[in-house]
Amino acid sequence: MIKVEGLTKYYGQIRGIEDVTFTIKEGEIVGLLGPNGAGKTTTMRILTCLFPPTRGKAEIAGLNILENPIEVKKLIGYLPETTPLYLDMSVLSYLMFVAEIKGIKRKDRKRKVEEVVEVCGIENVKRRLIGKLSKGYKQRVGLAQALLGNPPVLILDEPTIGLDPKQTFEFRQLIKDMQGKRTIILSTHILPEVSMTCQRVIIINKGKIIAQDTPDNLAFQLQKSYKICAKIEGPPEKIVERLKDIEGIKDIKVEKKIDDKKFEYVINAENLNIAKDIASCTVKSGWGLFEIRPLSMGLEDIFVNLVTEEKTE
Amino acid sequence: MKNIFFLFKKEFKSYFVSPIAYVVISIFLVICGYFFYRDLVYFSILSLQAGYDSSLQSSVNINELILRPLFSNMGFVLIFLVPLLTMRVFSEEKKLGTLELLLSYPVSDIGVIAGKFTASLGVLLIALGITSVFPIILFILGEPETGPIISGYLGLILMGISFLCVGIFFSALTENQIIAATATFGTLLLFWAIGWSSIFVPGTLGKILSEISIFNHFNNFAKGIIVTSDLSFYIISSLIFLYLTNIILQQRAWKS
Repeated sequence: MIKVEGLTKYYGQIRGIEDVTFTIKEGEIVGLLGPNGAGKTTTMRILTCLFPPTRGKAEIAGLNILENPIEVKKLIGYLPETTPLYLDMSVLSYLMFVAEIKGIKRKDRKRKVEEVVEVCGIENVKRRLIGKLSKGYKQRVGLAQALLGNPPVLILDEPTIGLDPKQTFEFRQLIKDMQGKRTIILSTHILPEVSMTCQRVIIINKGKIIAQDTPDNLAFQLQKSYKICAKIEGPPEKIVERLKDIEGIKDIKVEKKIDDKKFEYVINAENLNIAKDIASCTVKSGWGLFEIRPLSMGLEDIFVNLVTEEKTE
Repeated sequence: MKNIFFLFKKEFKSYFVSPIAYVVISIFLVICGYFFYRDLVYFSILSLQAGYDSSLQSSVNINELILRPLFSNMGFVLIFLVPLLTMRVFSEEKKLGTLELLLSYPVSDIGVIAGKFTASLGVLLIALGITSVFPIILFILGEPETGPIISGYLGLILMGISFLCVGIFFSALTENQIIAATATFGTLLLFWAIGWSSIFVPGTLGKILSEISIFNHFNNFAKGIIVTSDLSFYIISSLIFLYLTNIILQQRAWKS
């Protein structure tokens, strides 16, 4: 659905993005992740035909953004970072204007506007001036204008900034519900948001893509080994010594003390099957095994790891 | 084309949602009304005197004594009021960030400029349209010539269009409405007054100053004369400023 090849953007001498390449399948929800100033917004603005790239090309549904900007814009629903809206317009009149300019047929306009009003939960404020709405409602109006016309592609730049926890939860649910129905690029630096809503992550730093995959695959690539967490009752020195002898265990360390006798250990192993050997060894030695589970790397760890690696390089 | 109409509709409405259009139109009408009343009183005094002094009769002409100065004064008042109409056109969108969203809709840059330009032109035409009450009063009281009235209004509309284009250009340059209005006002005043100094400058430079003066080109319309060079001046200057506005919009690529 979205194909980006070698996209580069320079603002004078300053690099916005360089050689950004990715593809997004139809119905996929992809998170664009990166620290502030990484190039997320630049990438999104190019995709929405706001300005052309310095080099490279981008296609949406097979249409080149430079050759067919108007046609491309018809396929996109865009929610910019700060949710800019016309504050002196009422919610309904603004959405009607958006419906008109997006080319929705006259007979369908009212119905389509009512549909997005319902989906975004702004029924009770639809006659109020946008300038008088709370940040959360403004954000919903922003999303409503993006959804109007049922565009197959949604580009959402930091969509949950400023929302309260309840609104954030509802918003994420709304995005998740669209999985398979719309292609969504969602930029954020709130990592749990990506874990919860996106199937795939593109991590961008200093204008370059440093990783792109599913969160699980990224975790494995980074860890290069599996981590197992075990809670065992017994003398820690002896436990470490004994477990180290098991074939396939690379490293073991005491993570924290649970109580006087019980400790939590993090074990670096070649594969997850070693958990069986750990359990068997613990029981045979007469120690108490309270818990054993694989430890997966969180998106925060992946992100920090990748960005830090980048800095070190 | 449809999108230009939708944009026009939205922009035109927004002029009347805020007090801008009401204030600008009201002030314009009050000032023009004052000038009309003053000239009408002057004309009636002069025509009374002409009743006693036949040598004055040839100089008592309703078009020359009321309408011509009225058109010139209306043109001058527009220099002050058009910047107030155009200052928000792009500046406000830039400040609020709505321009980014607007340009993400299926509408071209030229379409956006056209929609905004036609909306401000609509407000200007309403203001000028209401002033048609003045010639109507003159038709009730006397027999003014129709030709100079038509040419006067044509001149005002063309000059107003070029003023709007200058204002829209400055509005696209900055997100500060005060700066946009001040720059527009300064530019228009300069090009109005530049013609006055042309008579003191000999040779080609004097001719150039006279040719680029807004006032000199308008003077013919106020007299009832339509000259191709005056028509071209306003049309070309308007197109130049609209073109420059388009360039400024496209430059967002560097400024973002």
